[in-house]
Amino acid sequence: MEYFLQQLINGVTLGSIYGLIAIGYTMVYGIIGMINFAHGEIFMIGSFIALAVFLALAAIGITFLPLVLLLMVVVAMICTAAWGWTIERVAYRPLRGSFRLAPLITAIGMSIFLQNFVQVTQGARVKPLPPQIQGGITLMDSPSGIVVQISWIQIIIILMTVVLMAGFSLLISKTSLGRQQRACEQDRKMASLLGVNVDRTISLTFVMGAGLAAVAGMMFLLYYGVIDFYIGFIAGVKAFTAAVLGGIGSLPGAMLGGLAIGLIETFWSGYFSVEYKDVAAFSILAIVLIFMPSGLLGRPEVEKV
Amino acid sequence: MANSTTSASANRPEGAERLSEERREAMRGEPPFVEAPTDDTRLVRALKEAGVTAGLVAVLTLFFFFFRTDIAVGGLNLTVDPKSWIIAVGIAFAGRFLLTYFVFAGERPTIGGWKKVAAASARWPIGKVLGITLLLIALTLPFLLMTLLPGQDRYLLDLSILILTYVMLGWGLNIVVGLAGLLDLGYVAFYAVGAYSFALLATNFDLGFWICLPMAGLFAALWGVMLGFPVLRLRGDYLAIVTLAFGEIIRVVLLNWYDFTGGPNGILGIPKPTLFGLEFSRGEGSFSDFFGLEYSSIQRFVFLYYIILALALLTNFVTMRMRKLPVGRAWEALREDEIACRSLGINTVNVKLTAFATGAMFGGFAGSFFATRQGFISPESFTFIESAIILAIVVLGGLGSQLGVVIASVVMIGGIELLRNLTGLQAIFGAGFDPTQYRMLIFGLAMVLIMVWKPRGLVSTRTPSAIYKEKKTIGADLVAQGEGH
Repeated sequence: MEYFLQQLINGVTLGSIYGLIAIGYTMVYGIIGMINFAHGEIFMIGSFIALAVFLALAAIGITFLPLVLLLMVVVAMICTAAWGWTIERVAYRPLRGSFRLAPLITAIGMSIFLQNFVQVTQGARVKPLPPQIQGGITLMDSPSGIVVQISWIQIIIILMTVVLMAGFSLLISKTSLGRQQRACEQDRKMASLLGVNVDRTISLTFVMGAGLAAVAGMMFLLYYGVIDFYIGFIAGVKAFTAAVLGGIGSLPGAMLGGLAIGLIETFWSGYFSVEYKDVAAFSILAIVLIFMPSGLLGRPEVEKV
Repeated sequence: MANSTTSASANRPEGAERLSEERREAMRGEPPFVEAPTDDTRLVRALKEAGVTAGLVAVLTLFFFFFRTDIAVGGLNLTVDPKSWIIAVGIAFAGRFLLTYFVFAGERPTIGGWKKVAAASARWPIGKVLGITLLLIALTLPFLLMTLLPGQDRYLLDLSILILTYVMLGWGLNIVVGLAGLLDLGYVAFYAVGAYSFALLATNFDLGFWICLPMAGLFAALWGVMLGFPVLRLRGDYLAIVTLAFGEIIRVVLLNWYDFTGGPNGILGIPKPTLFGLEFSRGEGSFSDFFGLEYSSIQRFVFLYYIILALALLTNFVTMRMRKLPVGRAWEALREDEIACRSLGINTVNVKLTAFATGAMFGGFAGSFFATRQGFISPESFTFIESAIILAIVVLGGLGSQLGVVIASVVMIGGIELLRNLTGLQAIFGAGFDPTQYRMLIFGLAMVLIMVWKPRGLVSTRTPSAIYKEKKTIGADLVAQGEGH
């Protein structure tokens, strides 16, 4: 029971990170119907920027932790958002209205480019960061010696995800930008006829997705303490799996899918074998899609003839 | 005056109408919306745009050029390198300025120009002539290399073998993606199945290459059906992600099933192919001994080259013939419109499965060739990036175009390999410059640039398989491509 609870907490933490990345995938897919393969790399870039900001702040003597974390989040979000904007502008916008596979290929190309760009400029070796936030709350202390603990960093990650998700849902459902995004999602041509600036809306979607990925990247850095240029690929694939599992194009679906993938992975590693955790996540994906071809919360595509 | 305003407000309508009336009132004074006239000269505009670009590049590269994290004793160390950052920003400024000032100088049209779509029939002979020329070159390549470039022949021959492997994989994937329109991101799984079935059969049962080759192809085809079956109902990107997942599952299983596959250590000592029992080695009963030639290690390379050339040509031949069979017609019909297919009584399940199986079989052949060429395989060789490269070759060449795959393989794989040799650049960038580091960087950039330049691939015409009255090629835009139904 204690073991189960501990795994549950770990799973939810991991799932939150996946969920944040998955939102970027699902929003981009919803609005322009393409798989943004470079999104995992955006996440990786976010974590590298956060690391550099942390070290730069330490170098000039700012060590007050809340301020450091705040600056890390803000700078990482801004710079990563700039990357997201640029990638859309350079690799996807010229191909809008082209056939479906063209932006997929530029996305894969961008992904390869970004991985190697970071490898060339920052080096191929892993970057360890000693844990900055230690301690936590002990929830249960059983006589058998298994302690159920939720650490501060896990609390921060879960809280941050909940806050960002809530803010984001409000943004999509209540603001004018959110309305424009939903309009573009339904019918881009009609939206532009009604005065929505489609290019700007799509750019902002990429910017927001990249901002969330930057937060996920920073939390990944703080939680695991090790990053390298390759983390984007596997996290990206998992997050995309999460987005598809939840039903691509649906925001609650992305979060639900993220949690599901995080929990499956954690429980599988906890109870069966660590080696096959990816197999477990991908198999669940395949099984769910075979029985529910449009994901858990996705709307089924009705094909008109 | 006061009187007139009260009477005006008394006449006003109620509710929503009143709201719109008021809005109209409010807008009456405003001038109609016009673009603010720009007095900027070309120079000022170019400077402005260059400034914006430079600012953007400054933000983007701040944490990658200016700051660099290095591992030092007792943690991470931050080094600051303003020089390369300023150089990068300067290059961005100058580049954008020159582009805007000299290249984009003209006024931009507000509406895109018309594009010619289907006027490509005149170019038909070029493709045919080019195809035959390439075939002739391919057939005589080893001898050309041996006579023209005797110093580098082994390296170049090895590179040609690599390119031909990718041509074959591209042609195999072209059946699935280009003809049947099923987006497969896990093609490398079948490559891996082929390689491992050959390696395991050869090392455990002592079978030769020529017996294992068809068996490896059959195993891969079987896997194609097995993996194809559950994903029949999926379309588009769902299909893409599940095939990607299958590719990863197979790699992870190969990596962790120590007893069977050797895990990360892979399989060693895979036998080399023989020519009717003649080995390509020194001594009794070898190829050189039998024919009374002097032994040279290049003979084995030439032999491998002709094997992969034959396999690749077989793939091409089978694809071309399949396109003329009912099943090939059904693939292309499926790509164009699945619902119409079903309405016309085509069994889409069988059609999709045959496409998966045929594509997988050629992937399996290529895999067993890879295993025998390397003599060693490990899961490292079958990562997602391989699938991505193969798919990129197919799409960059022009989906469904056989010639395009060849051109894209030569450009991408050959071009990337040539980068290894650009050690001359060290004279410009200093001795610390390592061109191999930039190989994949340039590969990714080239993928983006080629796709933006030619979204329909390098070969932009297609030959339809069904002909009405006269035979002619059509523009690639008229062909539905990989929508993944």
